Amino acid sequence: MKIRKPEPPKNKSITGYEVNLLEEMYRRMYRIRKFELMVNTQFLKGNIPGTIHLSHGQEASAVGACLALNEDDFITITHRGHGQAIAKGLSTKSIMAELFGKATGCCKGKGGSLHIGNMSVGVLPAIAIVGASSPIAAGMAFAFKRKESKQIVCNFFGDGTANKGDWHEALNLAAIWSLPVIFLCENNLYGVSTHFSDVFPIENIADRAPAYGMPGITIYGNDPIIVYEEVLEAAKRARSGKGPTLVECLTYRQGGHKRDDPATYRPKEEVDAWLKQDPIPNFRERLLKDNRFSDENLKAIEQEIDVEIAEAVEFAQNSPMLSISLALEDVYAE
Amino acid sequence: MQNKKANRSLKENDRDLTIVQAMREALREEMYRDQKVFVIGEDVRIGGSFLFTLGMFDEFGPERIINTPISEVGFIGLAIGAAIQGLRPIVDFQYSDFLLTAFDQIAQQGSKLRYMSGGQVKIPLVFQLPTGASGRGAQHANSIEGILFHLPGIKIVTPATPYDAKGLFKSAVRDDNMVFFCVHKLLYGSKGRQLVQSNISKGFVPEEEYLIPLGVGEVKREGTDVTVVANLLMLHRVMNAAEELAKEGISIEIIDPRTLVPFDTDLVVNSVKKTGRLLIVEESNERGGWGAQVAADIAARAISYLDAPILRLATPDVPIPYSPVLESAVIPNKQKIIDMIIRLTKK
Ligand SMILES: Cc1ncc(C[n+]2csc(CCOP(=O)(O)OP(=O)(O)O)c2C)c(N)n1
Ligand SMILES: [Mg+2]
Repeated sequence: MKIRKPEPPKNKSITGYEVNLLEEMYRRMYRIRKFELMVNTQFLKGNIPGTIHLSHGQEASAVGACLALNEDDFITITHRGHGQAIAKGLSTKSIMAELFGKATGCCKGKGGSLHIGNMSVGVLPAIAIVGASSPIAAGMAFAFKRKESKQIVCNFFGDGTANKGDWHEALNLAAIWSLPVIFLCENNLYGVSTHFSDVFPIENIADRAPAYGMPGITIYGNDPIIVYEEVLEAAKRARSGKGPTLVECLTYRQGGHKRDDPATYRPKEEVDAWLKQDPIPNFRERLLKDNRFSDENLKAIEQEIDVEIAEAVEFAQNSPMLSISLALEDVYAE
Repeated sequence: MQNKKANRSLKENDRDLTIVQAMREALREEMYRDQKVFVIGEDVRIGGSFLFTLGMFDEFGPERIINTPISEVGFIGLAIGAAIQGLRPIVDFQYSDFLLTAFDQIAQQGSKLRYMSGGQVKIPLVFQLPTGASGRGAQHANSIEGILFHLPGIKIVTPATPYDAKGLFKSAVRDDNMVFFCVHKLLYGSKGRQLVQSNISKGFVPEEEYLIPLGVGEVKREGTDVTVVANLLMLHRVMNAAEELAKEGISIEIIDPRTLVPFDTDLVVNSVKKTGRLLIVEESNERGGWGAQVAADIAARAISYLDAPILRLATPDVPIPYSPVLESAVIPNKQKIIDMIIRLTKK
């Protein structure tokens, strides 16, 4: 195993970006962080059945990518999908209620943490089988292309996914038919406990892109602006009929793989190095260096989100238990 | 349009078609009716393995008859995604056996996404699937309908006559769910392929449009002594057996369920009330075959009408062997069917 430390490029100046966009980047990243930590708390309290895969630490990739998309574009998300869904605009209330197993949840309580999503905000309910979402994402892009709707699809997946046959078939299909899809890899260096360097004989996952006849790029994934810029570029390509792009975001999950994983398989120096590159405080600091932002400014956003997350829990808790007749519904479309 | 060219082989009033001809007509009609319908699969440009799309590429072009790489997971997933976003794909398989390489897309994605999302998505998608054994050894002989039967969230159609194939195919294309349209490899009647000989393997198909709803079986032969439920190739063998049994004075009523999911249990119940005896014949492996479900349902609903135990005839739990001698020894054939029915009448 090769220790891979973060290599953040020199910060780009943010002066060229609109306040609204920068603020929204911060708001969404902070929202994801608070949400994930709250999910953890609620899980430990026993309010959430099953298992959870948290995404804190990876907020910049999800938010940078989703802010580069249009509202009517679609994303497909993974088992670690809370952050991606929130980044695209799914309400924290409806996700929390879903995790609590309530009918007010984004999938009426029938999906759970592994299958959150909502078509109304362009989030296909999550697919928890590694690799399986990539062909489906290509298929949605195929429909958009056929309908000439100018919509595109962003397919989120992890590093581990890039060794699945499903993924290879999807990339090839998307490339031969120039489908408007972005393959967005959140390379957090691990698939459960297995380190990237143990299962990839190459430096970067994006190095595979040329073999499929598409552009690929590896970027620092803890800076929402870098991710935003690259995905914007890929989206432009996709929308103009030039086909797919593989964007690999180097990032790190701050917690374990799932609820009960202490992640002791990770070397301390690697963990420490990445924790220092926490996307949220880093971005906050950068905003404060710009005179368009102030500490009060950001604190107000933070407070607003803190309240939102508390309310999400309240909403989930107070939602009535669902009727068991739901169990037999939605198997077939009439 | 090149309609004329494709139809040239059919004389004006000659409406006796094979299954594949009937399916092609259904496909063409549905493709004209709804621009969202398209076919995707391997070598569909030249017709696919059983010539289902023969002539269609010239007629509809590469946007609607889409040739794929050999990537079953990829193009099934793609079809699911396209269906979610409002298109109506038909996935053509050379042999249904290859579907198994993409089982996750079927059993875990397509069949569950609607349910998991709380009813947010619809997946109108048809699989065109040559099924059953045809002398090619174990890996090209799966009765795919038997393997799929266990899955919630899908529909399974198993037509055995040209008339049924056309009406059912059109309903399948218009259905908003994943429909597995399984046709036995010996029933298509495609050029260069063996076609089973029976009095129903070719038949009249009207020119006018008609639909056959999914979930409605049909009595293919009326009788009084024994009810026999059979589909696909087995239906033809049972029909042939019935002729011989009639000579011996045994009258069997033959039911073709036509769709396995949904299943027309009422039709079987009503028949059993009349005959008091039931045999179920299927080509799938015996353990957990669809016939077992029918047996359980009839036992639960009509046991008081039965004069004898319900019997099943299926392929024993072995892979299908290559040698024709062995293949025909394991798959239910006419003689076995006759023997079983005689046994049943004596109980
Ligand atoms: C096909 C399949 N195999 C195994 C699993 C179990 N599993 C769940 S997540 C995971 C690791 C995925 O790694 P990666 O794609 O890097 O995503 P990450 O968890 O790092 O976000 C595994 C092996 C699965 N869900 N699907
Ligand atoms: Mg990973």
